[in-house]
Amino acid sequence: MTTTQEAKSRGAALLDGIKASSWSSRLAVAIVAALVVLLLIQAVQDPGQFVSQLLIGITNGAIIALIALGYTLVYGIVELINFAHGDNFMIGSFVGVTVLSGTFLGLGFFAPIDAGSGAGIKIVGVILALIVAMIACGLINVGIERIAYKPLRNSPRLAVLITAIGMSFILQNLGLVWKGPSQISFPGLISDANIFAGITDAVAYRWKDLFVILVTVPLLIGLSYFIRGTRQGKAMRAVAQDKEAAAMMGINVNRTISVAFLLGGILAGASGVMFGLFNGTTVFDLGFRQGLYAFTAAVLGGIGNLTGAVVGGILIGIIGAMNDQYIGVRWTDVVIFTVLILVLVFRPRGLLGDRSAVQGGGGE
Amino acid sequence: MASPGATLKRFGLPVGLILLAFLFPLINGVTGANLMFPVIVVAVYVMLALGLNIVVGFAGLLDLGFVAFYALGAYVVGWFASSHFSDVSFRFLSALPAQSVTGRELPGIHVSFWLLLLVAGVFSGLWGVIIGAPTLRLRGDYLAVVTLGFGEIIPRFFINGDNIFGYNLTNGTVGIKGIDSPGIAFVPSRAWQQFGTLDLSPWYYTILVLVLITVFVNIRLRDSRLGRAWVAVREDETAAAAMGVNLVTTKLWAYALGAVFGGLAGAFYGAFIKSIFPSSFSFNVSVLVLCMVILGGMGNIYGVILGAIVLQGINFYLLPQLNEWVHAIGEALSNPFLAAVDLPKYNFFLFGVLLVVMMLLRPEGIIPNRQRQEELREGDEDDSATGLTNA
Repeated sequence: MTTTQEAKSRGAALLDGIKASSWSSRLAVAIVAALVVLLLIQAVQDPGQFVSQLLIGITNGAIIALIALGYTLVYGIVELINFAHGDNFMIGSFVGVTVLSGTFLGLGFFAPIDAGSGAGIKIVGVILALIVAMIACGLINVGIERIAYKPLRNSPRLAVLITAIGMSFILQNLGLVWKGPSQISFPGLISDANIFAGITDAVAYRWKDLFVILVTVPLLIGLSYFIRGTRQGKAMRAVAQDKEAAAMMGINVNRTISVAFLLGGILAGASGVMFGLFNGTTVFDLGFRQGLYAFTAAVLGGIGNLTGAVVGGILIGIIGAMNDQYIGVRWTDVVIFTVLILVLVFRPRGLLGDRSAVQGGGGE
Repeated sequence: MASPGATLKRFGLPVGLILLAFLFPLINGVTGANLMFPVIVVAVYVMLALGLNIVVGFAGLLDLGFVAFYALGAYVVGWFASSHFSDVSFRFLSALPAQSVTGRELPGIHVSFWLLLLVAGVFSGLWGVIIGAPTLRLRGDYLAVVTLGFGEIIPRFFINGDNIFGYNLTNGTVGIKGIDSPGIAFVPSRAWQQFGTLDLSPWYYTILVLVLITVFVNIRLRDSRLGRAWVAVREDETAAAAMGVNLVTTKLWAYALGAVFGGLAGAFYGAFIKSIFPSSFSFNVSVLVLCMVILGGMGNIYGVILGAIVLQGINFYLLPQLNEWVHAIGEALSNPFLAAVDLPKYNFFLFGVLLVVMMLLRPEGIIPNRQRQEELREGDEDDSATGLTNA
């Protein structure tokens, strides 16, 4: 008796909710529902393929998410679209490949680490490449901020956008001069073999995919701890919320901004090396496309919102992977940007709302 | 009313510059400078920059996908003035001879270029409204991202357009080739009856007239009711709405009018360059045009023109020239490194450095918009009064 009444009133509330909603949001729900149903049909028809594609999407998404965090950290604090960030990511992958080659500026430090090296050397090599790339990209990002953004902090916002574009050109050209215009191949250090090889062949989940997740998760936990748990993280949240009030409270605003750039650069460096090891190649104009995806991811989640960047990154990875499988690779860009536009039309501040996480987790 | 001195001051410089621009082909011919082609391309970019200036400079809506309109305009000309649609045959006021050399009727659609200019403008303007409509609720950088999304989607559509449900609409990465030259039938001169590739002056005068029309429309728009509404929206959307400015129509007009000039520039460029590829409409073009607008001084028409000329001048003239200068210096000093250094390899690097340096030296642009500049000064004083500049 009571349960049916409850169900009825809940149904009525739902109906009222639908009646009160605008046409645009009804349309949005209908579109999303239709897409989910289509995907589910595919999932039922060939579950193995669907799951494999989903896992690839999550892996790609994790790489994008790390870059997106760099955009969103910087945007949350100085409200600047750091156009050079994608190219910094590219530099990260170049640094990684250089470390693995063991040769820099014509000096051979150690023998190249490649697929033939021992397991221990491979692990040390990967960790070394990650660390060196993270440090290099972090410092490059801080340097860029010092040279090109800091002097313009009181200028029109678009002026900084132009210097960011200028720095992007500079980094891209450095990459071109450093490694040349063709694709650079990464050594295949991580096995292509399927983890589930003995159990099932339907789902493809390679050690490479696991590697990306194994690197990404600790970085995210570390970042989250840094923002929430340390003094400097608290200062960052304060500066993001109100620069002037933070300065009055004795927070060194300039240093805090530099730290944000440093963190963004570190994540981009790690992402660059992972991208190289995962995909096997890198190229000098890689930063543009990946940067665009990452920026899209940051906006999709709500720019300035750290959780949003990760959600947006993984979502873009999954959408891309699903699209590659079911519609066709050549339409992936179109689909990703269409999703972005639709999300912004229906949720003008991104999926999770902007800046709320950096500002202390409170909602809008 | 105005004294002759004031009139001279007000109109002297513009009239002088316009005269110079009209005499340029003669000067070019006499000195043998051979600058016709680059100057025409620069003029196309001036038009693009002026179009984007309406959106970014006047209305303050950051647009990162302006190349979309440029591409749309070019493809309008590509579709309707070439043999692309080979299964139909249609001619309308075209400057081309009715039959090809072999005497067969020309396949494809061939419509007069002058008509297509109008079509391209209207078509792009329409797309400006379509792209602008979803952004109306968005503010700041979200808006920029939506325009960026469209700016990526449209060229991608042209790349993939060789197979739209089996129909070849855009011929993919190969692009559309053999676009008809425009011509004016009633002019006795042969060069004008059909614009050729040897004598570029008809092209030059066409783009010059187009640029002058663009400048004129820009000036009139700036001083119009709509122009003031744009400035109001740019400075404070909420306040503007409270004063009775209709935000929706004001913003849509900015997008539409900006897009019209982008489309016109694209149509001219398509006819001039004769073959269009999706790769000529990449994100880089949007960025370059945006740099011109911001570098020249957002909202200031002369600043934007100067910005376009300076940036394209750097690209076309200074960077290649620099290479020779450095080599010459290297040879004079018998320094083997300088004599052989491959500067074009570093073009993007130098371009980036120049962008950064110019922006650091003049953050408000080469010729700042006076109104904006004053607002910025005011803002600075506010900051220093409360002691809150970033120390």
